[in-house]
Amino acid sequence: MGTKQLIGALGEDFVAKYLVGKNYEILDRNWRIREGEIDLVAMSEHGIVVFIEVKTRTSIAFGHPLEAITRDKAYRLQKLALAWLTVHHRWGFEYRIDAAAVLISKGEKFEIDYRIAVL
Amino acid sequence: MALALTSTVSLTGLIGNLIDVEVDISDGLPGYILLGLPDAALNESKDRVRAALVNSGEVWPNKKVTVSLSPAWLPKSGSAFDLPIALTLLMAQGLIPKDEPGTTIYLGELALDGQVRSVRGVLPAVLAAKKYGFTKALVPFKNYAEAKCVSGIDVIAITSLHDALNYLRSGEVPDSPEAILESGSDYFLDLCDVAGQIGARRALEVAAIGGHHLLLIGPPGTGKTMLAERIPSILPPLNEESILEVTAIHSIAGTLLDRELLSKLPPFVAPHHTTTAPAMIGGGAHAIRPGATSLAHQGVLFIDEAPECARGVLDSLRQPLESGNVTISRAVGSVTYPARFMLVLAANPCPCGRFSGRGRSCTCTQIAIRRYLQRLSGPLLDRIDIRVFVDSPSRIEMASDELGESSAVVRERVIAARAIADERFSGSPWRLNSQIPPSELRKRYRAEKLGMNFLHTELDNERLSARGFHKVLRISWSIADANGHSIPSREDVESAFRLREGMEMLA
Repeated sequence: MGTKQLIGALGEDFVAKYLVGKNYEILDRNWRIREGEIDLVAMSEHGIVVFIEVKTRTSIAFGHPLEAITRDKAYRLQKLALAWLTVHHRWGFEYRIDAAAVLISKGEKFEIDYRIAVL
Repeated sequence: MALALTSTVSLTGLIGNLIDVEVDISDGLPGYILLGLPDAALNESKDRVRAALVNSGEVWPNKKVTVSLSPAWLPKSGSAFDLPIALTLLMAQGLIPKDEPGTTIYLGELALDGQVRSVRGVLPAVLAAKKYGFTKALVPFKNYAEAKCVSGIDVIAITSLHDALNYLRSGEVPDSPEAILESGSDYFLDLCDVAGQIGARRALEVAAIGGHHLLLIGPPGTGKTMLAERIPSILPPLNEESILEVTAIHSIAGTLLDRELLSKLPPFVAPHHTTTAPAMIGGGAHAIRPGATSLAHQGVLFIDEAPECARGVLDSLRQPLESGNVTISRAVGSVTYPARFMLVLAANPCPCGRFSGRGRSCTCTQIAIRRYLQRLSGPLLDRIDIRVFVDSPSRIEMASDELGESSAVVRERVIAARAIADERFSGSPWRLNSQIPPSELRKRYRAEKLGMNFLHTELDNERLSARGFHKVLRISWSIADANGHSIPSREDVESAFRLREGMEMLA
């Protein structure tokens, strides 16, 4: 695993733990099809399927991590979410798309900026 | 919920519209949405505002920012919204105290480093703000002087976003520039520079008295431009209302630097003869700007080489000549600017320009000469009362080292004559001799019997048309005012008739 992938995986682990701490059940991780990848899929305690796009950075020198989610990317997420629901026979479930920004600073300090229902 | 609101003014022509700038900051992906029909310059405000905020040491909210400019249906343009947007953004985040509604308007473009740049149209915007009951205006430092022309509103000049924030946080008022509001009506051009040209001088004076439009015909180098440029120096100074109006138009056009603020001097505008109709009467796709006719409002519009002008351009002058204002319609809406000016056209007598005196050196054919001046359309010429032939000064005139009459002396006479006319027209909708309608001319404003006889004889001899008849009468009144006659005498009418000597060539 390259450094970039490693950082990404660290970020996703952190978000997964964060969600578990908030009584979410993790349903899937790094679900990948030809159209793209969903970082995390979780089920909230209210039964809502939540798709999470995780952006991990080690510095904010290049702007806020969530700014990397462009319009095209958001549109793709929407399509991927529907694809996941279809494949997993959860068509018709209530769902939402969240975004999480993770900043890993020196000394393995994690900071999270979690945004609910961004699309 | 993070929400804030400030006010600014956007202009439609000279009319200021009060605009509410609302900012909402909500969770969601970082983004910036600008609502309310912005044009390109305004859409770019996002990047200016962001850079200016960050470079002023403030934070940019990495959240979903919605900026709404209302009323939403009004198309908005320009960069003056930068400052209110930036400030409202900070208010919404609670970083500066919220604005008290209805007290302050904000105007200014932001540079990337947080400096506040000057914008157009500050004077009319501040005037409008005052009308809407605002008591304070934050304007760019460079626009301070023009904003200060409006009395009864507090003007605060700011050089940077930092200044504005300081002011809003602590009430610390930044230093204002020294505003020079009093200005003399000094004009560096004076009629005494013109050698000879007794006839043309006289024509200028009569034109200034009655507000008559003027056509100067003459070979190149005889002083047509020189004469025309000096007309503002013999016109009565602008009154206070006109000064604000003229300054407001120049503020929108961005030509205030060419003019002293609050100058009492009537403007002089000389568009080139290749100018286009939009440049002449105003235009533009997003913000409709005033054209030459409006810049010359209350002053002189001079078109040199008028026959070289595209016909459509000259004819576009007809509406403003008729109504005193010009209405321009574009996709973004329709705008009316005032455009009451004295039109001065200059033309060579023929294409080669040497047809004068005995016309010895002229190389043009007879037909070419006739065609040349026919390029000026009938309806336009119809609105021009005085036609003068400007010939080269004679050797005696050139040799004389005696200066001609100065502008100040002539202006005194013009002011006196206009006062007489003003009294005569009290109760009528018109103010100047050139504006008397034909029916009134025949009823109430006839010349002395002998004068009328002279005109009727000329009519009989077919040396005067019905149109020309009215024009001569109007000019006669101006001459009578100049001579202190209560009614035009036969001499007045005769000299009025002579002021149309360019006629035969244009018949």
